[in-house]
Amino acid sequence: MDKIIRINTRDRTHRVENLSDMGFLGGRALTSRIIAKEVPPDAHPLSSANKLVFAPGLLCGTTAPNSGRISVGGKSPLTHGIKESNAGGTVALALARLGIAAVVLEDKPDEDADWCALRISADGVEFHDAGELAGKTTYNCVEPVHKAFGEKNAWAVIGPGGETCRQASTIQFTDPSGRPTRSAGRGGLGAVMGSKKVKALVVDPSGGERVKAEDVDAFKTSTKRWAAMLKEHPVTSGGLPSYGTAVLINIINEAGALPTKNFRDGRFDKAPNISGEKMAEIIEKRGGKTREGCHPGCVIQCSQMYMDEKGEYLTSGFEYETLWALGANTTIDNLDDLAVMDRTCDEFGLDTIEMGNTLAVAMEAGIIPWGDGKAAIGLLRRVGDPSDPLGRIVGNGARFLGDAYGIDRVAVVKNQSLPAYDPRSTKGIGVTYCTSTQGADHTAGYAICQNVLNVGGHVDPLSKEGQVELSKNLQVATASIDSCGFCLFVAFAVLDNEDGVQTMADLVGARFGRSFSSDDFVALGVSTLKDEQDFNERAGFTKAHDQLPRFFSTEPLPPHNTTWDFTAEEMQGAKV
Amino acid sequence: MDDEAHIEFRCFATLGGYQPENADRFPVVPGETAGDVIRRVGLPLDEVNTVFVNGRQALMSQRLEPGDRIGVFPKVGGG
Repeated sequence: MDKIIRINTRDRTHRVENLSDMGFLGGRALTSRIIAKEVPPDAHPLSSANKLVFAPGLLCGTTAPNSGRISVGGKSPLTHGIKESNAGGTVALALARLGIAAVVLEDKPDEDADWCALRISADGVEFHDAGELAGKTTYNCVEPVHKAFGEKNAWAVIGPGGETCRQASTIQFTDPSGRPTRSAGRGGLGAVMGSKKVKALVVDPSGGERVKAEDVDAFKTSTKRWAAMLKEHPVTSGGLPSYGTAVLINIINEAGALPTKNFRDGRFDKAPNISGEKMAEIIEKRGGKTREGCHPGCVIQCSQMYMDEKGEYLTSGFEYETLWALGANTTIDNLDDLAVMDRTCDEFGLDTIEMGNTLAVAMEAGIIPWGDGKAAIGLLRRVGDPSDPLGRIVGNGARFLGDAYGIDRVAVVKNQSLPAYDPRSTKGIGVTYCTSTQGADHTAGYAICQNVLNVGGHVDPLSKEGQVELSKNLQVATASIDSCGFCLFVAFAVLDNEDGVQTMADLVGARFGRSFSSDDFVALGVSTLKDEQDFNERAGFTKAHDQLPRFFSTEPLPPHNTTWDFTAEEMQGAKV
Repeated sequence: MDDEAHIEFRCFATLGGYQPENADRFPVVPGETAGDVIRRVGLPLDEVNTVFVNGRQALMSQRLEPGDRIGVFPKVGGG
């Protein structure tokens, strides 16, 4: 896995470079290194100077369970800082089999240029006309992509959101069933792909090879230990496969940290209606599936197939974050309405977290009523019409809509909407929201483990003590995990096993036949964060940007009636 | 005369089956602890990971007061 494919989207040429010239990098470490080194920090994210990088993690393509994630990097149209958006799906495996460490989309064609679909195979890179795909939703691309390229490819696609360069647009990746359900969701990278007039990236792995470890025996031994760790931990073997990530709705609600009605309350009285338990009950009744992997080699199986009332497939990857953002935060509690909204976001290629916050702002503005699922679906669908000005505004996210309508209650950090944990009652995650290079992001340093879930120890969620150090350590470990291509949920098992980090390091060492210690594993995360922080500093971010909106400091959050009481200065301890 | 005190008592995820039918008005006697009521409904202690009393994580030894809200969870995670 040593090839970097650089594709010039203006003159439709490509060249192949050797990764080893850049260092021992993969996944997020590689996307962030390329962006930090090659994109001018003052570049407009939609300009020809920005790049879009797809990089499978270091262990992608191997037999190690849950190592098939892809990192997508660029300068974010939403935050105007560096972005790594991480997704499951099948593209990472396909690229790994072709020996490709990264695909870099460069330059951009003229405004009136035709849309293209890129096909990458063992024979090289081809540009195909994508006129037939343009304007189509992601699901509606399935048939024409199959017709044009065959059914056994892995592919990434943007929806109307990305095509019209919306700041909340995603890149959707095919899951093992071939549906484009897995999102590189955050930060609007779909718009970067759209600006380069690339509708789809189709990867044909058929001429590739199985990825082999350099040290076969050592890799086998570590894989066995790794698989056992994931299969024995109650979170990765019990709660997640049975209820999906939505298992969190009730526990975060009970902890008083489920942001409700645009962060006015820490509890939603209708939380049980949108819980993982309720979802599993409906799925079973309608003949769906409660367990499904988002990428080949997943042993956790936290995805699902959610069916409508007629028993027809409606959506999958129906996550806790989605249910919270579109549900509790807007006070919509009808699971079927939320499933339609999730599907609509996947169809148009929109980040569900950003859209949930945006709908809450639309409710603040009186555009639609609080708790009205049908009205919310109607507003979301307007994003799919490029000639609809309000749809265009909504597709740009919470802050943009708030500015357009004069709303001062907008929960963002670095312009990116907050995820599903109120930082006043889970302060560790608040530190991550403030200091992550990504803007408000829960995955960047998931302190909910220690604040609420009693995984990896316990840190009192309402106290300031220990939160900065906790968040920093998690942010470093997460950057390493993202660079290896691991699913972040392995962290639940890793945090509760003394040999967790060592096992991950051993897998990397055996895969590449090199010495790779647990210190090296940590160092990979530190250097990745340094690249990202360096880019953001040069792009103009200062410590003043490492803070929550002021209302979190002045409005106590029920039921614990706590406020956010960290200064931006105190936050600096969480940086590497 | 009603000399019984009541709490709200909820069990979640894989422990949902242990939730008592009178979860909204579960009777407690003075001096009972979180651990006492958890044992009383037969919850398997080795599967109980997190106990909330009024939204704060509690020890098994925490004494319950009338009107308390108790939530019992196995080890869960997501995100």
